Amino acid sequence: MKNRAAYFGVFTALALILSYVELLIPINFGIPGAKLGLANLVIVVVLYRNGWKEAFLLSVVRIVLAGFMFTNLFSILYSLAGGILSLGVMSLLKWKNIFSVTGVSIAGGVSHNVGQLLVAMAVVETYQVGWYLPALLIAGVLTGLLIGILSAGILKRIRFIDG
Amino acid sequence: MKKSDWFLAGGILIIAVALLGYQFLANGGDPSESVVVVTVDGEEYGSYPLTEDCSVDIGETNRLVISGGTAVMEWADCPDQICVHHSSVSRNGESIICLPNEVVVSIQGGAEPELDGMVQ
Repeated sequence: MKNRAAYFGVFTALALILSYVELLIPINFGIPGAKLGLANLVIVVVLYRNGWKEAFLLSVVRIVLAGFMFTNLFSILYSLAGGILSLGVMSLLKWKNIFSVTGVSIAGGVSHNVGQLLVAMAVVETYQVGWYLPALLIAGVLTGLLIGILSAGILKRIRFIDG
Repeated sequence: MKKSDWFLAGGILIIAVALLGYQFLANGGDPSESVVVVTVDGEEYGSYPLTEDCSVDIGETNRLVISGGTAVMEWADCPDQICVHHSSVSRNGESIICLPNEVVVSIQGGAEPELDGMVQ
């Protein structure tokens, strides 16, 4: 693959911009931690175009950079837990080839939320946090569905671009 | 989208709805007996009846206000302020969580067995 580093840079920039755009959209689901996850759009596209290794690297770089720029060290911890679990699940399901891009994205959205919830439980050492599980599951399905449909559309249109 | 995608989405939604139903049924206790339990870093800080209006300073980091049968986090020194923007809680099982300060405020049913005696 030619220009691998250049493409990686472009994707990183795109993911960071989407992280920023997300901050500008005041969508509040009424539950802490639930958000659209626009940056996952880039992660899903890279997972399908370039494989899980590059998607993993992009995910970690994105979370650390966006974390330092827009939030704090604390949210980086949550995002990393969610991001790594989500990418692990998505890579596995993609490899198993049972679901289409949308199904993989739904599983990714849900596991992202579950990962963050697990860290939250460990931090506050209280099972009460588990109360949010149903709401976060539903939010994960909806955002995963949206991101999945968008990713499928993007992948269909960029397949002629090599790289 | 494949058929299996819909099964996945449907399956997760069914689990979520089942959990919601369970939470709803498991918490049908008398609201007048509910208490507000505050935990900091996993250890209980104190519990306060939901029926009495009061203001509680949790350490030096958060302030909880109970009024009219609902509890809200009025102030917190954390950067994200998620707990302050959280809607008020009044139903059993609901909670407000301030992750940076590791503060959990949860409503617990008065119907739950309290430790009111001990046999030695």
